Amino acid sequence: MGRLFQRMPWITRLGLMLVVLFALAALFGPFVAPYPEAATVGDVWQPIGTEGFLFGTDTLGRDMLSRLLYGAQRSIGLALIITVISFTVGAICGFLAAIAGGWVDQLASRIVDVFMSFPALILALLVLSVMGSSLPVLVLTLAFIDGTRVFRLARAVAVDLNVLEFVEAARLRGEGQWWIARKEILPNALPMLLAEFGVRFCFSFLLISALSFLGLGIQPPAADWGGMVKDNAQALAFGLPAPLLPAGCIALLTISVNLVVDFMLDQAARRSRRG
Amino acid sequence: MLLEIKDLRIDGSDLDGKTVEIVKGVSLSVDRGQVLGLIGESGAGKSTIGLAALGYVRPGCRFTGGSVRLDGQDVVNAPLDLLLQIRGRKVAYVAQSAAASFNPAHRLIDQICEVHQRHGLGPRADAEKRTVELFRKLGLPAPENFGQRYPHQVSGGQLQRAMTVMALIAKPDLVVFDEPTTALDVTTQIEVLAAMRAAIREEGAAALYVTHDLAVVAQVADKILVLRHGNAVELGDTRQVLEAPREEYTRALVSVRKSESNERGAHAKAPVLEVQSIDAAYGQQKVLFDVSLLVEHAATVAVVGESGSGKSTLARVITGLLPPSKGRIRFQGEDLSPALAGRTKEHRRRLQLIYQMPDVAVNPRHTVLEIIGRPLTFYAGLRGADVRRKVEELLARIELPAHFADRFPGELSGGQKQRVCIARALAAEPELIICDEVTSALDPLVADEILKLLLKLQDEQGVSYLFITHDLATVKAIAHEVVVMQRGRVVDSGRKEEVMAPPFHDYTGKLLRSVPEMRTDWLDEVLAGRV
Repeated sequence: MGRLFQRMPWITRLGLMLVVLFALAALFGPFVAPYPEAATVGDVWQPIGTEGFLFGTDTLGRDMLSRLLYGAQRSIGLALIITVISFTVGAICGFLAAIAGGWVDQLASRIVDVFMSFPALILALLVLSVMGSSLPVLVLTLAFIDGTRVFRLARAVAVDLNVLEFVEAARLRGEGQWWIARKEILPNALPMLLAEFGVRFCFSFLLISALSFLGLGIQPPAADWGGMVKDNAQALAFGLPAPLLPAGCIALLTISVNLVVDFMLDQAARRSRRG
Repeated sequence: MLLEIKDLRIDGSDLDGKTVEIVKGVSLSVDRGQVLGLIGESGAGKSTIGLAALGYVRPGCRFTGGSVRLDGQDVVNAPLDLLLQIRGRKVAYVAQSAAASFNPAHRLIDQICEVHQRHGLGPRADAEKRTVELFRKLGLPAPENFGQRYPHQVSGGQLQRAMTVMALIAKPDLVVFDEPTTALDVTTQIEVLAAMRAAIREEGAAALYVTHDLAVVAQVADKILVLRHGNAVELGDTRQVLEAPREEYTRALVSVRKSESNERGAHAKAPVLEVQSIDAAYGQQKVLFDVSLLVEHAATVAVVGESGSGKSTLARVITGLLPPSKGRIRFQGEDLSPALAGRTKEHRRRLQLIYQMPDVAVNPRHTVLEIIGRPLTFYAGLRGADVRRKVEELLARIELPAHFADRFPGELSGGQKQRVCIARALAAEPELIICDEVTSALDPLVADEILKLLLKLQDEQGVSYLFITHDLATVKAIAHEVVVMQRGRVVDSGRKEEVMAPPFHDYTGKLLRSVPEMRTDWLDEVLAGRV
């Protein structure tokens, strides 16, 4: 692990450090936040560096730093839960479809194609406005949308692996499909899936932020970064930087995760090239 | 002196980024019109030296010492624009895989003439004229129109020759051939070899011919340089190296090719496998026609034929991967279900398969313990310490140390991986092992060791082999019975001594005559015999 860190270019190291920083903020944010999440504690739109409010206050006079910390936990935590669910379900279904082949594969793939033909945001908006925006609905909807993408990738990787002779050898031995998926396919698909995990995490994170910005994601007064951009959007008209702070966090986290993922993909490609 | 390499040293990096020396101070020289064969096993550095003649090293490698002079010009330190002028014009390269070297989207003639025009050697019409002339020299069909085809519309052997045309179009002084016939069938190989040799001679070009096959190099080279682990082992005239090798390693290489044949007693028990008039098809395309064969207890039956003869399909049918459309398969007196799904665990255990490419036959993410241990758990229900004990026993039997159990396939050589595959098959305690070209992806010395191991295991355990191969030297070494296949049919079969001795069946004779022999004038004799 230490050697791996040594090999990273400086930009990847920077990205990794930022990811760790955000992760710590998400884990411990609410404990270190100076004020409660939704309490009005000062004047409206105090500038950055005001006495007692390191990052100023928002449109209702709530402490920006506290809301950013609470928002980190909610935005990152939700994105993580969604990505874990979508990967578990998507990868298992993708593997099994590839191994089973034939009409099972065809049917599953076409169903997924139908859902993938809708833009993710439109589909999410449709479901959330019909079902109403509650946390379980939000999580399941986004996990499903993400899951279709994961299915596609997992299936494609598994189809390639499935024709290799070690899988054929397992089949000749008489192994079941579940065993083949778990023991023969998964370990070989893992590097690719892990890299995709980072990318998909960013997408679901951005999607939550976008939905919150549109008012269909996390509901006020709960803090989340996308909602905070929306709440404070008008501040820009007065030359105040309030909405840029959550927007900056969204951008920074997305870029940092991508930097780390890029490096991992590079490593995986190098390893597979050298066989 | 056309090419002069002095004390050449090239470094590369291994998987962990550690620097390793690939070429450790090799010197050689090639005169105009001379062909020098570079020979050695994989990892000997022969391709690296071949590429160095073009002033090129693979990504991750670098020149660390010595000099490469082409016609007096230093190509190691030459600037890129000078190298671009030299490459193709003064020195050309023919790669092992022509299929990977042509752009599938363009016609052959366009890709070949491009070289001519890039170097500003005259109008396109001249280039086309010369291309057609070279097509003719290399014996390609309908030379006037051959160039109009796309790469996928010609056979592998033809594409390899087209690549030679591309190399020769600008009349280079030196051509580097990098295993140009390795990927071809024996019968195709002869034609390509003959065409290349004639073209080199007529064009008066010099050549570096890189290969691992001594018999091939014997046909084309004037001199041979034997390489091992980046060092020059022996340099001499072709005849001297083949007939009176000075070094121990060269003697080993030569003797493998002349490997003794395997003479063993007859057998008494009931046949292990009976294949009775099998037909099989992929979709609409029928590939096997009325194939029958018999494998006796503790015997080895070799199935030989060119690629496309249906021998691998036969293996798929026997293992149940491709159910036959007609005929039946009997295993130790019992009927085998045609489809894999219908076979019992016991039948699956008794019939094992070893693949051609050990690299993809084992899961790269499993340790050797898991790979060999799985059949033990799956068939015999062994667990925990019992599995490890048995795996170590099997490792000893395939002559690998016990601590290899904890290694991953990536940490093993090709030969060691193939040994692991053999151990995995043995773990099931089978009656019959189907060996599908098990030695063709290995270096000759390693292949020889694998064959010896298989023979030893047959002696110890009385297992039968169905040996699928296109290599007749292998057949001579290990088979008791031979089945010759051509276009999906069995054309000749019987005891090895009968099939492989005169009078030959037409096709068997052709196959036999196509195996390069280690005499310098073998190719001439074969070509003379064909006319």
